Formats: sequence, C-alpha cells, structure tokens
Amino acid sequence: MIGGLVMSNRRRLTVSSGPHVRSKESTSNIMFNVVVALLPTTLTAIYYFGISALMLIIACSITAVITEALFQKLRGVSVTISDFSALVTGLLLALTLPPELPIWMAMVGSIIAIALGKQVFGGLGYNFFNPALVGRAFLLASFPVAMTTWKLIDVTSSATPLGTENPANIAFRDLFLGRVGGSLGETSAAAIILGGLYLLYKGYIDWRVPAGYLGTVALLTTFVGKGGPVFHILAGGLMLGAFFMATDMVTTPVTKKGRWIFGIGCGVLLVIIRVYGGLPEGVLYSILLMNMFVPIIDKYTLPRAFGEVKING
Amino acid sequence: MKRLKVRTFEQGIHPKYNKELTAGKAFKFASQPEQVIIPLQQHIGAPAKPLVKKGDIVNLGQKIGQATGFVSADIHASVSGEVLAVKQVNGSLAVQIKNDFEDRKDESIKARGDLIDLSAEELKEIVKEAGIVGLGGATFPTHVKVSIPAGKKVAKVILNGAECEPYLTVDHRTMVEQADKVIYGLKALMKMVNAKDGYIGIEVNKPDAIESIQQAIKAEDNISVVPLEVKYPQGGEKQLIKAILDQEVPSGGLPLDVGVVVNNIGTAVAITDAIKAGMPLIERTVTVTGAVKNPQNLIFRIGTPLSQLIEESGGFVGIPDKVILGGPMMGQAQSDLELPATKGTSGVLVLNKEEVGTYPKTGPCIRCARCVDSCPAKLVPTALVNLTKAEMNLELQDYHVLDCIECGSCTYVCPANIEILQWIKLGKENLKAELRKSE
Repeated sequence: MIGGLVMSNRRRLTVSSGPHVRSKESTSNIMFNVVVALLPTTLTAIYYFGISALMLIIACSITAVITEALFQKLRGVSVTISDFSALVTGLLLALTLPPELPIWMAMVGSIIAIALGKQVFGGLGYNFFNPALVGRAFLLASFPVAMTTWKLIDVTSSATPLGTENPANIAFRDLFLGRVGGSLGETSAAAIILGGLYLLYKGYIDWRVPAGYLGTVALLTTFVGKGGPVFHILAGGLMLGAFFMATDMVTTPVTKKGRWIFGIGCGVLLVIIRVYGGLPEGVLYSILLMNMFVPIIDKYTLPRAFGEVKING
Repeated sequence: MKRLKVRTFEQGIHPKYNKELTAGKAFKFASQPEQVIIPLQQHIGAPAKPLVKKGDIVNLGQKIGQATGFVSADIHASVSGEVLAVKQVNGSLAVQIKNDFEDRKDESIKARGDLIDLSAEELKEIVKEAGIVGLGGATFPTHVKVSIPAGKKVAKVILNGAECEPYLTVDHRTMVEQADKVIYGLKALMKMVNAKDGYIGIEVNKPDAIESIQQAIKAEDNISVVPLEVKYPQGGEKQLIKAILDQEVPSGGLPLDVGVVVNNIGTAVAITDAIKAGMPLIERTVTVTGAVKNPQNLIFRIGTPLSQLIEESGGFVGIPDKVILGGPMMGQAQSDLELPATKGTSGVLVLNKEEVGTYPKTGPCIRCARCVDSCPAKLVPTALVNLTKAEMNLELQDYHVLDCIECGSCTYVCPANIEILQWIKLGKENLKAELRKSE
C-alpha cells in the first residue's frame, strides 16, 4: 500500500544540488532592519525640526521608491522595490539634507541618487558609490547655498557647527543629544549610536568600519585642526556616515582587513578635507572617494586561505 | 569525568540540527528485502568486476565483486539467495539477488584472530577483503587510506565523531551503543598505520556519546576524547584536524602531510566486525528522518531499496519534495526511490516543501560578506562566483578556488539565494580544464 504511495510520489521529487536547506536571511530583511535602525535618528529629526523634516523624509523616500520602480520598468527587469533598498537610499538621503531645503530639490536629489547612483550601474549590488551620497553630492554641486543654510534649533539661520570659527562655544552634550544645527540626521549622535548598535547586534554591519573611521578621525584631530577629537566625532555627519554609509554592504569591502583599510582611509580623507580643505564637511567625499578603492582593496586583502602554508612547513 | 576544553575551527555556520528526531532512538534492524540490488561501484575508484552470473546461488557475505586495481573495493552479497541479474542500474553495473531469507553464511566468514596477534599487513588485508570503505559518506576505500606511502609517517589517528550534518545520528548512536567496537576499530587502525596516538572528536551536543566513549577508553593511555563545538562543518577532515591538533593540512595536501589519518566512527565498527567475526561490509547504519512518520536509526542490508527504508519508518508525512541521501548540507537529492541504499548511505532524509523553503528567486549579490565570514576554507566565495561568471579561470587559482571543500556554507547563508557553491564547482572545473590545456 505504502509502496504504491511512494511510487506515485516518485515523479514529484525535486532533484537539485545541495545544500538543501537555507538560512532564513534575505536581502529585504537586511534592508528592512537598516530602516528600523534609522528610526531613532528619523524620529529625532522630526522631533527637532518638525513638519519640514517629516516632509523631506516622506518626499525623498517616496521619490526614491518610485524612481526605482520606473527605472526598472524602463529597463525591462522585474521591479524589486519590496526589497526596501530604495527606501533605505531615500531615507538616508533625507537625513543628510538641511531641514529648510525646498521639497522639490530634495526630490531631484532622490531621483539622481537612485537613477545615477544605482540604476545606471545595473541596480542593487552593482553600484560603486553609495547612492544616497551620490544624490547629496549632486545637490551640493547644484544648490550650494540651499544645501549649506542651517536652522539652529530655536534660533535663526546659522552655520553648521563645523562652519563656526570657534568650536569651543559648542557644548559636547548638545552635540551628543542633537541640540545643534545641521542636517536632519546629523544632529544627534545618541540616536545614531543606538541604531548603529542595533545593526552591530544583528550582524548587519562590521564594527571594523566605524572603529577605523572614528578612531582615525579621533587620533588625527588630537594633533591637527581646531576643536579636538570629541568635537570632530560628534559634529557634522560623521556619526551617520560612519555607522550607516561607510558600512553600506554593496559599496564597501567584503574582507575584514579591507574594512579596516576602508574605515581608516575614510578617516584620513575626512581630516584632510575638514582641516586643510575648503569645505567645512568631509564625510561625503571621504566615503565616495574610498568607494572607488573598494575593488582594489578587496583584491589585495584576500584572507589567508585555510592551509595556505608551506608544504612540510 | 575530567573537564575538557571544547575545541573548534574558525568560521563555519550554525544550521538547525534537527537531531532530536532520532538522537534518542536505538538502532533497529530493518527487515530484509525480498530482493537486493548491489551496485559494483559503491566507492570512490574503479568499479568492482562481477564474480557471479544470473542463476548463481550465493551465500551471505560471499564476494560477488572483485576490486579492480588498488583504488577499488570488493563487493559482497548482503543476503543469501539466487542471482536474478547482473545489470546496469543508474549508470553502474549491479547484482540483483532474490533473498531466500536463509542467511546462509559463506564459509569464508570466520573470526580472524586477535588484534595482538595480527600484524599491520594482515589487518590491512582483512580490511581490503571485507570491502570496507569510508562510511561517513565519502566511501573512499579504507585499505587505500591506511596504506601509507614510503617516506610518510603517521603519528595520529582521528576518529570523526563530530557528525556535523544536521539530522544524522548514526555516528552518535554507534558511539552510545557500540563504544567498545569503536575503540577496538580505532586500535586496529592505529596498528595498521603504526600510529602512537588516537583521538575521537565528538561535538558537545552528544554528551551521552562522550560519556560512553570515555568509559570505553578508561584503560587506554594513548586514546583521548576531544569535545568539539557544535558547528558545521566540524566533521570536515581538515576542520577536524585543525580543531583537535591545531594543525592545518597544507593547501592541496592530505591529512597524511601532517601525519594524520582520519576515519569515520562507522568505519571503525566495520573494521572490528571484519576482524572479530570475519564479516565483510554487508550492512550499515542509516538515519531515516525528516518528514516520515517514525524517524529512526536503522541497520540495513546493502542493496535494500530506499522505498523500503522509508516504508519501514512509517512512510511519508505530507507531500515529500526532496529525498536526500546523506544530510541536508552535502547529501544528494534522489528522485528514484527504487534505487538501493548502499555503503555510502548514511541518511535518508525526506524534506517537504515547507522545510526546503519556497525556493526564492536568486537576487543580486549585495556583498554582505556572509559567505566570506562563514567559509571554513577562508575563501572569498562572492569573488569566486564573479570570476567564474567572467570566465577568468586562471585568476580563480589566485583566489584558491581548489581549496574549497564544497561544504555549502556559503550557499546556506546567502541572503540573495545565489547558488554560490554550484558556481564555485563550475569554476573549479573550468580552472582544471585551463590548467590541463596549458600543460
């Protein structure tokens, strides 16, 4: 009887190569968790900057997702907006924008981020540069004034702390909690660290990158520049960059040694730009420049393969 | 009980083990089939050549296939009865025998004496005559493994009791139920290769096996149990040596290069049976598990149809999607259940669609590096995939593609469901072809 059952099931058996079981992890789950990790920062931004922040966040996110879908339709490939990666890009971009930026500019930035930062390379996984930073770089080049006008909390417009001539006047506690001027997500180090710790706990980012990046900045600014290491780490977009952008899986090395090099390289470039360059902020270009080195870093930092020893050694 | 340090190798993965289905179940003898189909190639190496023809009456344990060449293994009748045919089955010549259920033992089956009296050469001959192969699934002829080339010295024999494949529990049960036979077989192996020390590596999720083996080695000074971390692929030969001895087998080399021979738990028991009872390898242990009504550990006659082992375990529960010979990581999916279970069949695992997953579409690599972080060979699997796709075959060598042990950890962890291991296997073949061309 059962033999008959076995026989009748015979044709339905799948034959494929192993492993026959897979982990439950998925790309969309990883991306969704990045969004979750960005929630504290997002909520802090809305708390401090109110409706204008909320509008920017919504506009960037929706524009990014729509651009991704349209672009994929045009390319004739399947639409994958449900993997949350476009949402991550839109949200991250919004968090790098000044709260007073006109909505339409933000939307243009979001379109550029997805179209030029990601889709022209072939979509998720194939882009060299962090898409959100490509969007921000475009906006900074196109609308330099709007992109560098900051509203200080409860006060009128002023420069970002990094633009000030006298960093000593800014309390570290305010920098930490976010009661300073700046872009949406750049203000509260505490909220970013909270999200960063979540990603570290989930294993979605490697501690070597933020450690290398922040460590290098701290070390170098002990000796050069104004304000000292604590100021430089807490001010501007460094925390957001170190935990959420320099750790972007697609555009950073896959080897452990490579991640150290990437983080340290970002740190060195950032200090050069901040201290010796004409720009007040260096996070954007430090990461974009290091993105370009990723293939070569990966190539020259292969881990020692198991058994890669001298025969008879 | 002495407290021992838990040892392991670097990286690897933690799949769901699912061993509780059968870990507590003692071995039962599977009922004998009406007919057995015994392939003449159940091992790595040259197929055996048939010694019987249609119409012959054979005895239990009678040699029916003669090894051809050194890397080959003898084949024996697992039942007594009449040879119905010598025919091609699934690409290999096989002997089909109608069981007369008399279990009429062949006259060649007799005790071979005691370990103390037998020389290393005599022991190797016994192993060869018994057709013993590696029972962990690789089925490499054991007499070849214990023939140490001139110039090499073996100091240590390791028995692999890690059993890191999910679901499988045959080595576990063997260590619990037959510890004395395991140790006897280990001592025979040590004598064959003239090794001073013996080790048995066991993952710590088998405390009863560790306890049982420790009892059995009380009087042995040079044999020790090494508890291992529960991690896949802890039972990989090179990973096991790294964990137990903290030595790395050189790239492209064999355990022999570090003076070690590794054998499976079941193989040790088969050796004991061959010495003490003169019984060749005519039956083996198997875990029949997964989506069957009564998952269990069985001892079956070589050549029993897979369908019978499944029926014996209560039949399918739900609609089976895959039947896997071996474990879910490195086992092979099989579609024809009338094929026989053989010397290499350590598991018959039935997976339903829900367990296999819904076969999600492969997405693009997001360079998450989970494959890099899990690879026990410390390779960069994602780079190997890209180089294979780009047909940059010689570059694959710089990335040590041939050091891949094909454990499948990379594919297991990939969030984009990329068939990483399949690409790497293709890359290996392409590289080998390229190297042959340039010779």
